[in-house]
Amino acid sequence: MYQLIVFLPLLGFLIAGVFGPWIGARGAEYVTCGLLGICCVLSWIVFVMVAGGSDAHVAIGNWFTSGKLAVAWALRIDTLTAVMLVVVTTVSFVVHVYSIGYMSDDPSRPRFFAYLSLFTFAMLMLVTADNLVQMFFGWEGVGLMSYLLVGFWYEKPAPNAAAIKAFVVNRVGDFGFSLGIFLTFYLTGSVAFDQVFAAAPGLVGKTVHFIGFDWDALTLVCLLLFMGAMGKSAQFLLHTWLPDAMEGPTPVSALIHAATMVTAGVFMVARLSPLFELSPNALSVVTIVGGTTAFFAATIAGVQMDIKKVVAYSTCSQLGYMFIGLGVGGYSLGIFHLFTHAFFKGLLFLCCGSVINAMHHEQDMRAMGGLRKELPVTFWTMMAGALALSAVGIPFTSIGFAGFVSKDPIIEAAFVSHRFGAMYAFWCADIAAGLTAFYTWRLMFMTFFGKRGDWSASLPSAHDGHDHADHGHGDHPVHESPLVMLVPLVVLALGATFAGMAFRSLFIGAGHDGFWRHSLFLGQENDILERMETAPWLVSVSPTLAMLIGLGIAYYMYMVDRTAPQRLASDFPGLYRFLVHKWYFDELYDFLFVRPAFAIGRLFWKGGDGVIIDGLGPDGISARVLDVARSSVRLQTGYVYHYAFAMLLGAAALTTWYLFGGVTQ
Amino acid sequence: MGIGLANYLTLAAIVFTIGIAGIILNHKNIIIILMSVELILLAVNINLIAFSTYSGDLTGQAFALFILTVAAAEAAIGLAILVAYYRNRGSIAVEDINSLKG
Repeated sequence: MYQLIVFLPLLGFLIAGVFGPWIGARGAEYVTCGLLGICCVLSWIVFVMVAGGSDAHVAIGNWFTSGKLAVAWALRIDTLTAVMLVVVTTVSFVVHVYSIGYMSDDPSRPRFFAYLSLFTFAMLMLVTADNLVQMFFGWEGVGLMSYLLVGFWYEKPAPNAAAIKAFVVNRVGDFGFSLGIFLTFYLTGSVAFDQVFAAAPGLVGKTVHFIGFDWDALTLVCLLLFMGAMGKSAQFLLHTWLPDAMEGPTPVSALIHAATMVTAGVFMVARLSPLFELSPNALSVVTIVGGTTAFFAATIAGVQMDIKKVVAYSTCSQLGYMFIGLGVGGYSLGIFHLFTHAFFKGLLFLCCGSVINAMHHEQDMRAMGGLRKELPVTFWTMMAGALALSAVGIPFTSIGFAGFVSKDPIIEAAFVSHRFGAMYAFWCADIAAGLTAFYTWRLMFMTFFGKRGDWSASLPSAHDGHDHADHGHGDHPVHESPLVMLVPLVVLALGATFAGMAFRSLFIGAGHDGFWRHSLFLGQENDILERMETAPWLVSVSPTLAMLIGLGIAYYMYMVDRTAPQRLASDFPGLYRFLVHKWYFDELYDFLFVRPAFAIGRLFWKGGDGVIIDGLGPDGISARVLDVARSSVRLQTGYVYHYAFAMLLGAAALTTWYLFGGVTQ
Repeated sequence: MGIGLANYLTLAAIVFTIGIAGIILNHKNIIIILMSVELILLAVNINLIAFSTYSGDLTGQAFALFILTVAAAEAAIGLAILVAYYRNRGSIAVEDINSLKG
């Protein structure tokens, strides 16, 4: 059964990918969706079984053995994996079904569904991995599929550039990840989780010499591995690829860039909790990076105009929350937020897709407005997602939307943690909670309330081809999406509403020890989940207060006084430009890395290859041959008497030589 | 002073050299080249006959007859080629015949 869960999507990929031209788009859809459906059902069964206490370890085969390095294919099914299985297969199944509607007019649907299924397979390989190398296999697999799916519309230049950017930025993280794997093998002599975890306590206090310094071995391992997590989970400094990846089809954004792939980094840190738990310094870095990301991505999301970019930066910010949870030692907090986030962020992306579909591929929120009446189902499901994202709930209870139930404990835990950097992360997270509410409701108000064209005055001139304010999209009536897209929305909306309340006690409540068992490792003195309850009431209520403030500001700026955003932007032009340009990260990286890389490339291309290698090699030789040929060609005058003269000279010389020297014996 | 072998050979050498010079120094007319070729062949014939007489062997004279025949045929073919060439290129000036030029 475990093998079925992992390999059915691969089967779906093979059928849709290889036989796509024969079974047609309809066939590919049915096959992949059907197989994913089976997967999803099996995953929930496994989840129930594992929650009941039956872990499993399924050996599949030997991958390679080289000296001491032995890598096996095996599935490790414990609570952490079961949670990820449920998240991945459920969201993937929902996205598959949704894509039938969303991609219905795309000519290469079999390819799309094949990619989706292969992505799911790679993701399942990642979460069921039993050793670091197999995890890396899944890790690279999802990276590859992300590249292919972001660049799915490869005939357009922007998706191609975004796909390459996603791939290249992830290489930076993966470089750290692979170094981390090497170092783990160097230190423990194994890459299998069981052996590595068993050897981990013995590594405390050891040092490694690396780039001129003596490092604490465990801290270095954890930091290198975390570098991989930062790349995959789009954390501060390595986040730049995620917003650009929105060039891909919206279901892809929902599946890869909200629910599954970007959470791989969170999963990895949780999976390696026995290592991280032993290195407080590394966890401090995790906390600080998480806090920074949560805050900075939220500030950017507040000024973006592209509906998908808002949600993308929001994803970045929410991933920051997860890392705060992990960093302060509450691994189950991070995973719980991952779990609920998958539902409500997947939902928000799919709702964005529905809006974009209704608006005929218009993504700029300024062209929208008043869609509430035309898209009732999308509106109400997105409302559930927005309530979950902005963490609406009743303080001091666990009654609230999914985001509330999972996010507020993280903030409380950050406050009570003694970890270096936790207080910084607490303030970041608290302020970000307000910003989250602000950008979420800004999105909702701009898209669904008011009326069409309220904001079109501030649209860039490219959109002013015909005046939106006067006749709007009269010739393109806005239409609600088909049923096949709405049902997935409703399913995820239920998840976004109830997933938090339903699973709280299991994941982070009193029963968390019996639920997670040894899949998450907590140190002796790590009692963050207990102490979390002792947070002062002001701290417990602060995220909700921040949320209400953010909501209030958004309501005032986008419902009551609609000139406020413009005024604010012109009052603080520097700050506004700073935010609109995403803290100038793209420009900075362009200056620091891209342009020097191009310069070095050009130097080696023109100077090294062109001048030196080609100049001394093939080009030089051929030029000399041409020179010689060009001077010798002048001998060929074409006049008969010249040839005759040359022949005579030759004959005379031959005769002379023959007469005077040749015949002496 | 009787006319000996050396005189004949000297004559042949002079004729041969004139023929060669005719080919090499002539920049104008291709017919002169043909004539020079005939001169060279004549020089050869003189040599053959002189040696034949000197050594009392008639084979050389038979050869001379053959060479005359071949020279006649060659002259005919050469002139025919010239006519054909003139029709094609409109000129038989030696300067114009340089399509082998690289």
